[in-house]
Amino acid sequence: MAPKEILKIENLVTYFYTWAGVVKAVDGVSLDVREGETLGLVGESGSGKSVTALSILRIVPRPGKIIGGKILYKGENLLEKTENEMQQIRGKEVAYISQEPATSLNPVFSIADQLMEVIRRHQKVTKEEALKRAVELFRLVEIADPEIKIWNYPHQLSGGMKQRIVIARALSCQPSLLLADEPTTNLDVTIQAQILELMKNLKEKLGMSMILVSHDMGVVAGMADRINVMYAGRICEVGGAKTIFSNPLHPYTRALLEAVPNVAMKKEKLKIIRGTIPNLISPPSGCRFHPRCDFAVAECAAAVPPLVEIEREHYVACIRAKEFMEDFKRVKR
Amino acid sequence: MSTEVILEVKNLVKHYPITSKGIFFKKEVVGVVHAVDDVSFSVRKGETFGLVGESGCGKSSTARAILYLDPPTSGEIYFEGREISRVFKSKNHQEILKLRRKMQYVFQNPYASLDPRMTVADIIMEPFVIHKHVPKERGHARLYGLLELVGLEDYHAERYPHEFSGGQRQRICIARALAVEPKLLIADEPVASLDVSVRAQILNLLQELQQKFGITYIYISHDLSTVRHICHRVAVMYLGKFVEIAETGALFNSPLHPYTQALLSAIPVPDPENKRCRIVLPGEVPSPINPPSGCRFHPRCIYAKEHKCIESTPKLVDVGNGHWVACNKVNKG
Repeated sequence: MAPKEILKIENLVTYFYTWAGVVKAVDGVSLDVREGETLGLVGESGSGKSVTALSILRIVPRPGKIIGGKILYKGENLLEKTENEMQQIRGKEVAYISQEPATSLNPVFSIADQLMEVIRRHQKVTKEEALKRAVELFRLVEIADPEIKIWNYPHQLSGGMKQRIVIARALSCQPSLLLADEPTTNLDVTIQAQILELMKNLKEKLGMSMILVSHDMGVVAGMADRINVMYAGRICEVGGAKTIFSNPLHPYTRALLEAVPNVAMKKEKLKIIRGTIPNLISPPSGCRFHPRCDFAVAECAAAVPPLVEIEREHYVACIRAKEFMEDFKRVKR
Repeated sequence: MSTEVILEVKNLVKHYPITSKGIFFKKEVVGVVHAVDDVSFSVRKGETFGLVGESGCGKSSTARAILYLDPPTSGEIYFEGREISRVFKSKNHQEILKLRRKMQYVFQNPYASLDPRMTVADIIMEPFVIHKHVPKERGHARLYGLLELVGLEDYHAERYPHEFSGGQRQRICIARALAVEPKLLIADEPVASLDVSVRAQILNLLQELQQKFGITYIYISHDLSTVRHICHRVAVMYLGKFVEIAETGALFNSPLHPYTQALLSAIPVPDPENKRCRIVLPGEVPSPINPPSGCRFHPRCIYAKEHKCIESTPKLVDVGNGHWVACNKVNKG
């Protein structure tokens, strides 16, 4: 039996209508999140990872607009919900952790107020009870002296601490799905290790599903069960974490992995990806990676390659993927 | 790489005073930030010397003190055998310019370190005007030479910084620094704000330039994987002090200081099957206003109790092969 999906996105299209033209930030993204898994969403800045996450909650900032597609959460299409219904889902069913903890906390309210607001928004509890729960949440995210710290204001706390609080706030209503948008990008490595460890434990404890958006291949490798690689608004490769790292088939995934310096292994020279990320107002025709791809052929510019299942649970959007797979098998032998 | 020392730093101290607020009253010093505390090291000609540590540990303060951008509180800095603070204090403009020409700085944020109202040509040719080492009629020829060197085209010269991407801007910053043919280049997190694929381009460029011109680099970063890639020797900083200095290979393969060990184990590795035992440090970096007594790492160190690290401050000791460690545990046996 196939594992149950908690979220299924079909052909999501989100455009930004700017004065310079229409920015095709997300252009036909389909993905699914299974119950209890961590799905990694990887790509460089501007590849549409964050916009995909924001689209799920329908909080894409203006001038962005969701143009088409379906977002099925537990079988229901979120794009057909009314604003009131969406407010019941945001925070309670699907929670969001933003990239910058410093800016996602209100500087003029104490942490206690901000946590209690979320709790009382979704659950009928008294103030005292809400406070008690907030303190419990503080314990959950392993903050020392919760009874005292909870009355602090955001400016009194360090970056790592703020990120813990943002996590606590996201977990306050026991969501089924957590969207973590680069949760550790602004933190130091030792603090990053703490936060990742914490998130992993909490996910197990509460049985949530998670979408982890990140540009750091290392972070994703340690956290995700399956990985979606995004490039210029489209998904170019989907597979289990092990598959993606041991047998990347899309040329972009390969290039991305080769461009990362590895602490465990010294490389003589880093491989570079030619050129820069394309302008999404007028993206390249066909496969959007073809102008930078070392393996591009004439057909690449002609048609958009669909995501094709090359081996079990491994989808690649590249017309030469089968060829690469044969090469890989030959080398393995 | 020769063994000739180009830069020697002896007992460098940099303290920043904290003054009380007030417009009408005289400002009083109410505290001191111990940014850099008694740091000594030497950099050999033609090598890349890495300075690693978490944010706020004093990496940039050290670099700025070396270039006399923020004059050091005390300590001596010898560049090519000359004490530089004597040169700067002499107020001899010609001598200062001569020294400045030999030492250049590439700043962390290429978005902030380029004047938005100057064209690339103006930016790169400004050093010619200041140092007068290139005659006017040869200025443009040198400009195009420099642009080619860093991988930019001739037509870029007439553009303004806002027309460039982050990677290209960093190339402009490097070209500007190279315009005076420096002997020493301090690169302060030159790739921190760049995307992975662009990061590799800049790192490769820095390596090529070093091979071509034999420039000495001081490479500052919190990202250990890029440090491993580019540096010959690395110094690890914690709260204003050096805890370990070693050849890159030795440091990454057999780190001796508990902090270095934790730092290395905290880096996410892009390989899901790599299950290393992670040392997650408890707590956060203490404030440099009131740094802990003894070994500054003791509140977070698992070995602190048995070695009386609260009382005794460990000294940097050579343990062989140019591997220096400041740890009571290592030094005792």
